[in-house]
Amino acid sequence: MSWSEFLDKYQGPLIDAAWTTLRLAFVSFGIALVVGIIVVSFRVSPIPPLVRVATWFVAFFRNTPLLVVFFLALFGLGDLGLVYDFFPTAAVALGLYTGAYMAEVLRSGINAVPQGQAEAGRSIGLGFIQLMRLIVIPQAVRTVIGPIGNLFVANFKNTAVASTISVLELTGQSQRMFNDAAAGVWRVLIVITAIYLLFLFPAGYVFRWLDARFSIKR
Amino acid sequence: MVEALASMRGVNKWYGGTMHALKDINLDIAEGEVVVVIGPSGSGKSTLIRTINRLEPIQEGEIRIDGKLLPEEGKELARLRAEVGMVFQSFNLFAHKTILENVTLGPMKVLKKSKAEAKASAEKLLERVGVAHQAAKYPAELSGGQQQRVAIARSLAMEPKVMLFDEPTSALDPEMINEVLQVMLDLAAAGTTMVVVTHEMGFARSAADRVVFMDEGAIVEENDPESFYKNAKTERARDFLSKLITH
Repeated sequence: MSWSEFLDKYQGPLIDAAWTTLRLAFVSFGIALVVGIIVVSFRVSPIPPLVRVATWFVAFFRNTPLLVVFFLALFGLGDLGLVYDFFPTAAVALGLYTGAYMAEVLRSGINAVPQGQAEAGRSIGLGFIQLMRLIVIPQAVRTVIGPIGNLFVANFKNTAVASTISVLELTGQSQRMFNDAAAGVWRVLIVITAIYLLFLFPAGYVFRWLDARFSIKR
Repeated sequence: MVEALASMRGVNKWYGGTMHALKDINLDIAEGEVVVVIGPSGSGKSTLIRTINRLEPIQEGEIRIDGKLLPEEGKELARLRAEVGMVFQSFNLFAHKTILENVTLGPMKVLKKSKAEAKASAEKLLERVGVAHQAAKYPAELSGGQQQRVAIARSLAMEPKVMLFDEPTSALDPEMINEVLQVMLDLAAAGTTMVVVTHEMGFARSAADRVVFMDEGAIVEENDPESFYKNAKTERARDFLSKLITH
């Protein structure tokens, strides 16, 4: 099989797979951001039961293999009738998993916000939720743009695990192509790796730019 | 006597159960009064001022703002805090907000004023403290003295009943102290009720109605500034003042 024959045959499926990877990466990361913000708000709240829920959540997802999380989501959520399709199941599983790490990254950001910022907010009459939403979280996020970037890249690569629950993203597509002896294992490997790199190299630049643009000067 | 705007009755506070930080504090601040609190470091003066808006909780006694008892942490306390302005030693301007946003945030989010209304009064206040031309900048771009004046404007924007100043000039370079003190003198002259922790004797002499001297968590002596600085009643205060003057 020549390169042009290879492309003729696999261009369409590869573009579809890359698009699926991209969508899964962004949707799950969006979920992770929301989950991370909620969990960390619980974690730093003055209400003990919420703190406990947040601590357990983080401990569970940090100590469970991602593949097991996917299986739990597939069978667990499926049995509860919450999510039906493979793609949303994968997005939710990955979002929760990365969300736990996001909560920890945000917590280190919150710890880096000087106590005086919160005191100033409280002394003009902000309540706890306003204080978090308007002062603490925005500053915390800006101090951890670098670590959030690392999470984005890790989350993007973790989309590959979704192939095990039948989501046809890049890694799943490459497994299909391995079965086609004419396609050639090395050719498939090179193409797939190149597509991941093509996405993730620029991501590094974007996060460095965001960091330079939004990090807080003190 | 007029009803006190802020009052402390039998206030006791301990840190960690052992360190007795405030000892049986009784203090009344009348409307329009300027009270200066002085004392050696560790005497509890910052702790005292921070209990007035409950940034520090107390274990015993009661604190009232305009007759209302300070409630537990929650909505009610937040509402009461909005009526008490606080200026910190380290300014504590919101680092991710512009100068203008620092001043409009409280009025918009707490007092629920419209953006236009909040902006108009913020601009007036920034004008009053002399930093109007810096409105679009971020705190880190301003000098310490300018930041502290913005912090005062931020507090004033809430139209507080009483203003608390916790060593407002202690973190400033000498040449910036006066620009902040001038703003405070103007406030005092305009009849603002103020409680000020400071070592600035000049400010105390020209603006204070009363000086409160603290040592080891207790109020040791209270007097009008002239009498206090000329002939303090207690040995402890005279000793403290002699060190203040010679250094």
